[in-house]
Amino acid sequence: MKLSSSVFALLCLICELVSIALFLRGFFPVPVKSSLSDKSKETDFPAEPQTVIRIDTLKGGMPLWTVKIFYGFLKSNICVLSYVRHQALTTGSIPGFIDVVMNLNSPALLEDNLIWQAKSAGKRIIFYGDDTWVRLFPKHFMEHDGTTSFFVSDYTEVDNNVTRHLDGTLKRDDWEILILHYLGLDHIGHISGPHGSLIGPKLMEMDDIIKKIHASLISKESEGTLPNLLVLCGDHGMSETGSHGGSSEPEINTPLVLISPAFRRKAGFEEPGVLEQVDLTPTLALGLGLPISKNSVGHLIPAVFEELSLREQLRLLQINGHQLSRLLQDSNPTFHKEDGYEQFRVAEKSHGSWMTLYVDGNTSEVLSNMGKKVLKQYLEALKAMSSALSKQLGKYDMYSMIMGMIFILQVLFLLLLAMPEALSREAVVDIPLASSLLSLPFYLLCLFGSALHVLVCTSAGGPCYLCSLPWVLVFTVILLSSAFTCALVSMVARRMPTSNKTPTKGSDWTLSELDALLLIGTVGHTLSLASSSFIEEEHQTWYFLLNTLCLAIFQDVCRKYFREQRHRDEEEDRGPLLPTGAEEGPSFSPAVELGMSPGSEKWLALATPLLTLTCCRLLRSLNQTGVQWAHLPDFGHWLNSGDHKAFLSVLAAVSLVLIFLLVQRHCSLVSKIALALGLLGVYSYRAAVGNVLFPWQHSSRAVSKGTVEARFVYVFVLGILFTGVKDLLRSQVMPSAVDSGRLKSRGLWEVYSGVVLLVALLFRAHNLPTLACCLLIQTVMAQFIWKKLHYDAAQTTIMHYWFGQAFFYFQGNSNNIGTVDISVGFVGLESYVEAPAIFLTALSTYAGPLLWACHLLCFLSSQRDRAVMGLGHGSYCFALLRSIPAAFYVVLVTSLRYHLFIWSVFSPKLLYEAMHTLINTAVCLFFTFMDQERSTRP
Amino acid sequence: MWDVEIRGMASAHAIVASSIFMATVMPAVFVENFSVYGTHMVWLHCVAGSVAVVNIAVFWLLGISPPTKKNTLSYKLNRLFRSCLYFLLSCLFFHTVVVLYGAPLLESALETFSLAVLLSTLTTLRCLCILGPNVQAWIRVFSRDGAMSVWDTSLQITTGCSVIGAWLGALPIPLDWDRPWQIWPISCTLGATTGFLTGLLAAPVWIHWHRKQLTYKLK
Ligand SMILES: [Zn+2]
Ligand SMILES: [Zn+2]
Repeated sequence: MKLSSSVFALLCLICELVSIALFLRGFFPVPVKSSLSDKSKETDFPAEPQTVIRIDTLKGGMPLWTVKIFYGFLKSNICVLSYVRHQALTTGSIPGFIDVVMNLNSPALLEDNLIWQAKSAGKRIIFYGDDTWVRLFPKHFMEHDGTTSFFVSDYTEVDNNVTRHLDGTLKRDDWEILILHYLGLDHIGHISGPHGSLIGPKLMEMDDIIKKIHASLISKESEGTLPNLLVLCGDHGMSETGSHGGSSEPEINTPLVLISPAFRRKAGFEEPGVLEQVDLTPTLALGLGLPISKNSVGHLIPAVFEELSLREQLRLLQINGHQLSRLLQDSNPTFHKEDGYEQFRVAEKSHGSWMTLYVDGNTSEVLSNMGKKVLKQYLEALKAMSSALSKQLGKYDMYSMIMGMIFILQVLFLLLLAMPEALSREAVVDIPLASSLLSLPFYLLCLFGSALHVLVCTSAGGPCYLCSLPWVLVFTVILLSSAFTCALVSMVARRMPTSNKTPTKGSDWTLSELDALLLIGTVGHTLSLASSSFIEEEHQTWYFLLNTLCLAIFQDVCRKYFREQRHRDEEEDRGPLLPTGAEEGPSFSPAVELGMSPGSEKWLALATPLLTLTCCRLLRSLNQTGVQWAHLPDFGHWLNSGDHKAFLSVLAAVSLVLIFLLVQRHCSLVSKIALALGLLGVYSYRAAVGNVLFPWQHSSRAVSKGTVEARFVYVFVLGILFTGVKDLLRSQVMPSAVDSGRLKSRGLWEVYSGVVLLVALLFRAHNLPTLACCLLIQTVMAQFIWKKLHYDAAQTTIMHYWFGQAFFYFQGNSNNIGTVDISVGFVGLESYVEAPAIFLTALSTYAGPLLWACHLLCFLSSQRDRAVMGLGHGSYCFALLRSIPAAFYVVLVTSLRYHLFIWSVFSPKLLYEAMHTLINTAVCLFFTFMDQERSTRP
Repeated sequence: MWDVEIRGMASAHAIVASSIFMATVMPAVFVENFSVYGTHMVWLHCVAGSVAVVNIAVFWLLGISPPTKKNTLSYKLNRLFRSCLYFLLSCLFFHTVVVLYGAPLLESALETFSLAVLLSTLTTLRCLCILGPNVQAWIRVFSRDGAMSVWDTSLQITTGCSVIGAWLGALPIPLDWDRPWQIWPISCTLGATTGFLTGLLAAPVWIHWHRKQLTYKLK
């Protein structure tokens, strides 16, 4: 089967995407779930051992005592968005990492949870705050007022919307539970970080609100009623950069304060203890007299209940233990072997004997000592069961993982074996698929695969995704995999004799220094992924490689222009001293191109790498990313700090002008005008949101969501894209090849400028220089380096890929999910709409790689006279460059799955790798489309 | 002829290498608490200084540097002045490159500049000693197939090795390993010195192995 390089690359990438998806499905654990159907009424309290009397106080709420402040730290698990956190708070189950991906949009929470339990027990609940709660718990609240939390730049309205209800509600008596969710602090964190000037006033505001609630609760206190409980907690902390979702200490540790007259007043301030976030749910449930949610994995906080009588304490512990042991039985087939389960059985027995003594009226010291012993047994059992349940999360579906891994490796080997053909002048890959489909080994492999599948699925103990798939699908997978294996083997067999026959071919194919650098860089970066430190600081790797690349290009330029010169120039003696050693030079003939006078062109070409280096150095200090140095003050923070708004405005305006000047050159007049208006719209959007100022506007006016301005820009983006696509389509039907080529090139550039305009809208104001620098580097490099120095399509592609990677980090991304700017998904939208929000977030996160890929497409197709097969080679290189790290990383993650940092460092990176593969597949699709167009033309 | 030249070069290289060794050991006598990590700047300056002195002395005594046509004092002074200027320029150039690679711009500028001086000593100074302040010759040596003597080849190898050593030395700086050698610019200077030593060792060996392929044009 003969395929052109671009189609081959596209197919490979699609296969890889599917296999990565399969791998991810196996890698990310499914949360622990009770086998009982959700929300069944079945969870009632277990009978207290040896007793017939139910103690009613235990079903009513917290018994009476005086005020005590209980202070501690909540330790939450790693996860991303606040929905998942709310889920952890209310259901008490640890969110599995997959929830993070699944819960970008929050559907109604179907799991058994605290709010639902309270509602069905007849409690009246009032809620004010983020409307994700309302969506998570539809019809659960007697009264609610949800505020949309997505305008992350807004930190007053979201909170005022909560506070304005407070006075009225506190006066009333018709509710039992009031939930307030204040978002302002979180939003301030996202805007200006934990050390910004906005934090102090906001914390004071929160203090006043707590004071108000507390005072009103005290005034309500009267004899006979149950005491009130005020719970103050956060769903997550704030990292040094103000975001959350990572696993650093300040992100996962938040304070938990419980205030109630039910607690004894303590004399001094105690050293706070550390608790798990999931422990709050059973504690609150038992305190409210509700059944514990079935899937809760936490155990109750003993300190909260220490004022109760021994009998009551034991009773509560027993209820909690019963629920945990139930969950353990359901989720773990070998629950009998768990220590906690055994301990719980023992504790329950001794509880029984204690109850016998108690009911007999024994009040001796023996009883209380024995009771204390039972208490201790219970607590140990609960802790052991709780941790056993948490550990369940670390189970992997190895079958799916290994299948995905085999698939990815097959694709990689296929790509590598096809390299000589794919990069040949014809750019056509011949895959011996037909012959392998008819061969005997193929059928044997299919049979073997099916047998293996049946064997694995019948013997597998844990859940297995592949086994739950319909067998037709699985059989297709096995078929495909065996066909790949056969094709691989026959391709290897085909390579073998040729490499023996022509051993001289390798020797005259010399590697230039640049080739060596590109090769070493690619391999080195891939290998560096094996270390968690290198993953955390991956941006440094890319910056380093990019700098070296620029210096290597600089040296190439010097070689080209200064070899025969007899002048004495300052630049001359610098040239030879560049870091890449000076043993062998590139083998091209220095042919001076037409168009510019050779003298000025020489200096411009020489200045280009230096300009690029300077730009990169400046951008690097704009956004400090990574883990270790992320807290250092960077230029971006300085710009956003509020005092430097005027400077930020000037910078944004200059960047926008620069963007316009750089992009408009290739466009038609209509697109030029649309682009100019669109960029104006971008500025006014930023002004409306409050990031920048207009010159005539001195005080900051009321901040709006800027919906109108953003939509204005969207219109122009769509207009430009439409013109571009129209030009592309028209070029198809043009009779003359020259006209059609010109029109097609213009169409491509217009599509490109549409993308640039969209990115300009989505980027934060302080990131606009990044975009301008990106365009500047693209323009000068294309003008003076890539065209003049005769780099072939593969080299140009690799350089574009490197630039794209570096710009991914220049714009402030990192390998930590926390740095994804989710507020971008709501530019120009009134409320959360899933599809555009995800699209916009992905686009702005991957803007760097995407823009460079688009530029590569435009550049290669405008260079078609020189490299006829440029597009095919380009897309093949893109596929290969993505496959090498992805395959290596998948293998690595599989072998490191019990590594200490697997959840905090390696898995976020895995998600980034998967997403990057998706983006690359989309780019490759576009490449293939453009390439097809060319090949179908006569 | 060949063997004599190679042997001469090997002994010259051995002297230079031993000077680095001496610079590491000797200061312990004069400076209290001397160690490569602890008093890194002292070590760095000792190495740079001793390499410079030994290089100049060796190449002057051996008379490797190209014969000067005019022997007047003013011409010699001119040459000396130009050499100093080139050395300074190369220091500035290395400093700029290191800053572009991400070294802090203002703080620890002294350390950065010291690294630049060390790199210049290991590379530019040798060029000045062997080729003189003659840019044309430099370009010739560092362009493809431009080496005209064993010294030119050794220059290529040591220069390349020093720079690559410094390049490799910069790799582990940003990582969170908390090792004493991760402090700026220790790993880079160590890398450059190691690379230089490797180059000194490798150059005679390489030339000896490839002496059949190497055909130098006559000067
Ligand atoms: Zn939050
Ligand atoms: Zn947040």
